[in-house]
Amino acid sequence: MTEEQRAEEKKGSILVVGGGISGLTATLEAAEVGYEVFLVEKNPYLGGRVAQLKHYFPKLCPPTCGLEINFRRIKDNPRITFYTLAEVENISGAPGNYDITIKLNPRYVNEKCTCCGECEKACMAKIPNEFNFGMGTTKGAYLPHEMAFPMRYVISPQIMGTEDAKRCVEACQYDAIDLEMQPQTVNLKVGAIIWATGWKPYDASKIDNLGFQYQNVITNMMMERLAASNGPTNGKILRPSDNKKISRIAFVQCAGSRDENHLPYCSYICCMASLKQATYVREQYPEAQIYVFYIDIRAPGFRYEKFYKKIKEDENIFLIKGKVAEVQEDPSTKDITVVAENAVTGEKIQETVDMAVLATGMVPNTADTKLPGGVKCDPDGFVVSDLAQGGMFATGCAVKPLDVISSNQHATGMALKAIQTLVSS
Amino acid sequence: MEKKLGVYICKGCGIGEALDIERLEKKVPPKIKICKNHPFLCGPDGIELIKNDIDSEGVNTVVIAACSRRVLYDVFDFGPAVIVERVNLREGVVWSHKPQEEHMTGEEGGPQVDELIQEMAEDYLRMGLAEAEKILPAEPYQPEEPINKRIMVLGGGVTGLSAALEVAKAGYEATVIEKEPQVGGFAAKLRKQTPWTHPYENLQEPVIEQIIKEAEAHPKIEIRTGIEVARIAGSPGLFDVTFKPTGTKSAWDIPEPVEEVEGAEAPPQPPGAEEATPENPANILAKNPDAERFGAVILATGWKPYEPKAAEEPKAEEPKEGEEPKEGEEPKEGEEAQEAKAFEHLGYGKFADVVTNVALEEMAAQGKILRPSDGKPATSVAFVQCPGQGTDEDFPYASSIISMVALKQAKYVREDNPDAKAYIFYQHMRTPGQNEYFYKNAQQDEGIFLTKGDVVSVSENGNGSLVVEVNDTLLGENIKVSVDMVVLGTGMVPTTKDDPVLNLAYRQGPAFRDLDLFEGYCDSNFICFPYETRRTGIYTAGCVRRAMGIQECREDATGAALKAIQCIESANRGVAVHPRSGDMTYPDFFFQRCTQCKRCTEECPFGALDDDEKGTPLPNPTRCRRCGTCMGACPERIIGFADYNIDSIGSMVKAIEVPEEDEEKPRVLILACENDAYPALDQAALHGLTYSPFVRIIPVRCLGSVNVVWIKDALSKGIDGVLTIGCKFGDDYQCHFIKGSELLNIRMDKIGEALKSLALEKERVQQVQIAIDEYDKIPGIIKEFMDTIEEVGPNPFKGF
Repeated sequence: MTEEQRAEEKKGSILVVGGGISGLTATLEAAEVGYEVFLVEKNPYLGGRVAQLKHYFPKLCPPTCGLEINFRRIKDNPRITFYTLAEVENISGAPGNYDITIKLNPRYVNEKCTCCGECEKACMAKIPNEFNFGMGTTKGAYLPHEMAFPMRYVISPQIMGTEDAKRCVEACQYDAIDLEMQPQTVNLKVGAIIWATGWKPYDASKIDNLGFQYQNVITNMMMERLAASNGPTNGKILRPSDNKKISRIAFVQCAGSRDENHLPYCSYICCMASLKQATYVREQYPEAQIYVFYIDIRAPGFRYEKFYKKIKEDENIFLIKGKVAEVQEDPSTKDITVVAENAVTGEKIQETVDMAVLATGMVPNTADTKLPGGVKCDPDGFVVSDLAQGGMFATGCAVKPLDVISSNQHATGMALKAIQTLVSS
Repeated sequence: MEKKLGVYICKGCGIGEALDIERLEKKVPPKIKICKNHPFLCGPDGIELIKNDIDSEGVNTVVIAACSRRVLYDVFDFGPAVIVERVNLREGVVWSHKPQEEHMTGEEGGPQVDELIQEMAEDYLRMGLAEAEKILPAEPYQPEEPINKRIMVLGGGVTGLSAALEVAKAGYEATVIEKEPQVGGFAAKLRKQTPWTHPYENLQEPVIEQIIKEAEAHPKIEIRTGIEVARIAGSPGLFDVTFKPTGTKSAWDIPEPVEEVEGAEAPPQPPGAEEATPENPANILAKNPDAERFGAVILATGWKPYEPKAAEEPKAEEPKEGEEPKEGEEPKEGEEAQEAKAFEHLGYGKFADVVTNVALEEMAAQGKILRPSDGKPATSVAFVQCPGQGTDEDFPYASSIISMVALKQAKYVREDNPDAKAYIFYQHMRTPGQNEYFYKNAQQDEGIFLTKGDVVSVSENGNGSLVVEVNDTLLGENIKVSVDMVVLGTGMVPTTKDDPVLNLAYRQGPAFRDLDLFEGYCDSNFICFPYETRRTGIYTAGCVRRAMGIQECREDATGAALKAIQCIESANRGVAVHPRSGDMTYPDFFFQRCTQCKRCTEECPFGALDDDEKGTPLPNPTRCRRCGTCMGACPERIIGFADYNIDSIGSMVKAIEVPEEDEEKPRVLILACENDAYPALDQAALHGLTYSPFVRIIPVRCLGSVNVVWIKDALSKGIDGVLTIGCKFGDDYQCHFIKGSELLNIRMDKIGEALKSLALEKERVQQVQIAIDEYDKIPGIIKEFMDTIEEVGPNPFKGF
């Protein structure tokens, strides 16, 4: 007897938009109750933001560890259908009965891809590596990262119509590359929708005084890639201008957050992220001096407090309460000087460091991309769910700035809200 | 099931170039009639080839010698009736090994291949065939009794009631158990709530009244007050719960827990284990015929206020009631004295007008804020968020909610009296996310003064008011303020800190595990999987997990409700819950050979096994997560799964060919955790990293499932060493089955002795910990082990 035969019939299906950690959680939790779930992801791979992180705080464990389990849960679950390079084009209907139009963008690689890598070898063109925030390049035929799921190559639209595209086709022994691939439309009928559209880092170039234009000023998400073993430097934290080892580094907290000119809210994760990144630096540079400029250290709760306490024990980590006023570059050495005022002593501080990391905040993807189906957002762009009406529910960082634990809690709950809509309609 | 094997070897992705496929095919024993190769097995033609054999030749066990089982899982899926065995030639052999000139062999004109790489492929094929012979299709577990779908919610505060409502709205029945005479918990004692909707600036009316009303009116919710749990017996879908009036003793109370060390060789005898009779209900196995059946449990018993130790005289008043207060043991003397000293300067217990935030909230809910000492309206109140004295730590068990509460109560002070002043002294204002708007709003109030500062002392100034002395403020100086009241920003202690609450009739004890890791909170150790507990079917929500605000409690309750429903539905389908969700296999025991050593019962990370008076294990399959730790622990090798057992892995080990000593080709067995180590090996291969061709790798469900007999088998047949690779253990363990890698490590320690008696060096058996992203370390780890093996020399048992 198969599992399906034993299962009681669960009527209705759910659409989850966004295949990051919140969307994956919502998808899996609903499907494991017994409901059919369609997952739509705009990237060519699932995993979203967390796939780009080296470690989670406070455990310092790799996100790919949990993703591996989640991907296996997807593999083992016949009730889940997922689409990558996909976006929701249109929604009509009402709770319990929605008609969905999904647009599938061409990958130019079909299901015959074995992931052998010959196309990548054949392709000459290099394009900026988006997974690494433009640090380093990939070939025009690429695997987004080695844990990518699905494990399938992508041909960048940027090499369409070039000799390179032809070279890729010729190199593939399996007839897996199809340059004629066109966008497709998929129509679905679902009873409920979960928006897990996630976030993006605040654009650091909008913060005039923090020097993001300088090579040796990077964002916290770039730092994740720099420190990750599958990143542009194979995990070595080197300063971008000259690949030099570092001995002094500064973290600038609230880069854009808690700031009326940028993001008025607090982005929740950046304090813990910087404390975590201090451990990345410490692991590679036992003697490095690490400066963290903050307004408040937001390490709430026993687990985060414990982590913060451990960081404080490091005598070469200097935590300075003071908002950074300016970041300067010495054009000859490319060294970075961080200027701040110590909020307690009032003294002006100038620290010259090898590089600086801006703890940029979270912007919901819905801040500048309107969702179909009449979804409402607050002035910051976070989605506001109409729980009374039901049918559509937002989760994770589409709702509010959250850490991964809380996102997963929230997404598990929203899976139930979606199920309730199916049950009641 | 009569097996009919078909073997299919793929030549794509470099396999055909690196290996002599014809030679490889010859290794398939002649009794297997179907053995085919294909240039592109995962392509439509290749799949068609296999499907044809299934349909027309009756093949029901397919051995695919191609890529790792982690990829193309969907392509090589031929339905539940066909067993699929994957032999990893791509990542495991040809991508991770570069041919060496000196090892090239082959007949003239024929394919030239690296002899060592070819041998590797041949071994893997033999191993795959051996395993395919030994495994059976999975059958779901079906309990004799029907699965009960009612959910018990422990705790009738905002979290518990919300959970019950969410359960009921999904069509399931919920029973709320509240030990107090009325529901509502601490949420019913609030004047206002901090904001949770846009614009996040103003206080909002409490939600609890509406929630109580809704829950009471819902036909699928039953609320019972004034009772608590004497014991929870059984397992998911089949929990049998005995209740009793709050604070009373019951014949069904769980006996005092026994100190127990996980993985210990001789576990202490649990009390009552000798006399398992229904007349002796102290025995955890005794079944109460009057117990009520539930399918799953949501633990939402919340918190109790942290009570700072009094500065001088012991406090006269009773501790304030929390959402679900529990009579707790007093902390040890040393701890108490230490705490008293830490807060001595704050005058709590010494001055009546120094109160906790909990006391202030209750007062504010009832009316205006009045000075306890003389009942006069408080016109100035200082909120102390951090006990100070050189640290920037908040009070124990505090969290961001405590910052929010101070801001809220400062607003109460201002509401009650427009001329009143509120001072908040903090080290870190913790208002994450949109809570920042609330903080900003408070900052704009001219009557609320906020500053970072180190609170040095609280003293009396003689006229009935208090003086708070604060150093290092943002005003750039040390200040003294005179106030009517001082409010301490104390934290929320989980009710599970010193009370099992659940009172589980489980052999491993009445409470959750891992509480010590989380200061008594029932939290998950997994960031990715926040509802994971070590007690299947019991999910926690709200402040028993960590200090949180009401909105977060409600959201958390919704998640826990889903998990409870999901667990019931999984039990009903006969499949496992996380992390092997959907797995239909479950451990089978051959009891005739059981020696009652209790290792399985002790080691199970999920407490799935109880044992009878003789020590014979009593499995509870719906508690089981299918990690196989019991199988690994069993010295008699009587535990196994249909598709994963002592014989299936043992046969793979035995299928490895061990060359004679003079061939100078050592052999090393690697047992790799399939969750992290095996994916890391795949990634290493994808990156073109190479390692010794002398190793043979077998993925295992969890290192906890590794039975030492496999290691002994390997060594006794001449394999030179065994390396196990698993997840990191310790406080931040990464093992998805909690203890697997740690338990094997304990077993490995004991193996050293056994090796000595065989005159084998203990270095031949080692364990390493690896995280999934440390694939770059794989070559180094294997090299180091191979160097060790070379140093200790060949296994003398070769050829025996």
